[in-house]
Amino acid sequence: MAEFFTNLLGADLGGLVWIVLRILAIVLPLLLSVAYLTYAERKVLGAMQLRKGPNVVGPFGLTQPLADGLKLFFKETIIPTDANKFVFLLAPALTFILALVAWAVIPFFEGGALTNINVGILYLFAISSLGVYGIIMAGWASNSKYAFLGSMRSAAQMVSYEVSIGFVLVAILLCVGSLNLTDVVHAQSKVWFIVPHLPLFIIFYVSGLAETNRLPFDLPEGESELVAGYMVEYSAMTFALFFLGEYANMILMSGMITTLFLGGWLAPFGLTFIPGIVWFLLKVAVMLFGFLWVRATFPRYRYDQLMRLGWKVFLPFSLFWLVLTAGVLEYTGLMVR
Amino acid sequence: MSFFDRTARDWLLWELFSGMALTFRYMFKPRVTINYPYEKGPLSPRFRGEHALRRYPNGEERCIACKLCEAICPAQAITIEAEPRDDGSRRTTRYDIDMTKCIYCGFCQEACPVDAIVEGPNFEFATETRAELMYDKDKLLANGDRWEVELAARIEADAPYR
Repeated sequence: MAEFFTNLLGADLGGLVWIVLRILAIVLPLLLSVAYLTYAERKVLGAMQLRKGPNVVGPFGLTQPLADGLKLFFKETIIPTDANKFVFLLAPALTFILALVAWAVIPFFEGGALTNINVGILYLFAISSLGVYGIIMAGWASNSKYAFLGSMRSAAQMVSYEVSIGFVLVAILLCVGSLNLTDVVHAQSKVWFIVPHLPLFIIFYVSGLAETNRLPFDLPEGESELVAGYMVEYSAMTFALFFLGEYANMILMSGMITTLFLGGWLAPFGLTFIPGIVWFLLKVAVMLFGFLWVRATFPRYRYDQLMRLGWKVFLPFSLFWLVLTAGVLEYTGLMVR
Repeated sequence: MSFFDRTARDWLLWELFSGMALTFRYMFKPRVTINYPYEKGPLSPRFRGEHALRRYPNGEERCIACKLCEAICPAQAITIEAEPRDDGSRRTTRYDIDMTKCIYCGFCQEACPVDAIVEGPNFEFATETRAELMYDKDKLLANGDRWEVELAARIEADAPYR
């Protein structure tokens, strides 16, 4: 395919067209799945609460996300008088862009990453850490007390849980001996990391919930006390960008979990006749269902409980597990140097 | 022993997972949502909905303008004017109910000695303007004609308990 474009349009232009096509092949399905993730969320929540969920727009309510998107598109973007206009408009765009660019390093199948760079894990960690900027900028630029409180909470929460996520990544890194995500998946060809690292998987999953501001850690939004938290002043497309970014982050987090713990595109039980991308998407879907399932089950954490969990439980435990992993690897001589 | 039991449960996140198992089981239970307006919930024969003025089977209106309903109405939503008809019988010339005042207490139908004013099973009479909710005698009689079958059935169903 790449040769076809370079032969047709020359090396520079052909390469550009080819990379743009590959980006579109990732971004467009991603946006579609974001839309249908909102639908799935409403359906799953409805089912778990003995409701029906959306069922009026189209067969089984299947065109509901399109109707919602269209509604947001045609609404007026309201910018508060006292808001810092530039930062106010930059914040949702930043959140959305960061949720998309992280996909560049996720391997969908063997050799199926957009860029197979050697610092993949570091890149993912950096991008997901940057996500907090969009929220802080939104809270600050709105010049509203609810938005500000929400963004302050969000900053503290995301910083706290990034620490334990970092240690989880280091433990995985020790086992793989490489920051390249394709190598991470290859290292799991014998056994997925969820088996030896089950506690880490749970810590990573829960930290992922906190990182994406999902229930039970949705304090930055906190409908009942902060109205909608950092996005309270946003409307129409600016709101939609936040919304899309948040759900894209959920999918990204599921993709990270799949790559790091569930063996990425690798098939379980030797079912290799099913292509890797199907396995990857299936695993991501299962992880996403977990996000919705958790939302339907648990009530929101109190702020001090959230901080206690992050600093007093997850951080010591992930440190302990890191030391344990290093010790075991060193003792058994499996350490990759 | 209970210490070990509790600690084991804590570390295995027993309560979290049993909670999630509960929501998962609930996901496959039948939905309780009624698909309104295509499905509707059951109504008691005593349900107090939209008002109607009933007629006798021969077409004569039941109301004898005793004004008991007007007197008892706590919201003072009913206005009645009456004078003898040409045949000498006492009838209303005006019977208005302000549906925006009505509190649907049902006192009017309790007070009525001839079962003329009743509150029917209809609760879907929302209108676009306020003026449409000022019911006059024609509207109430029309309601009575429209709902008579159900009104009679409701009164009969409830009769043994009165």
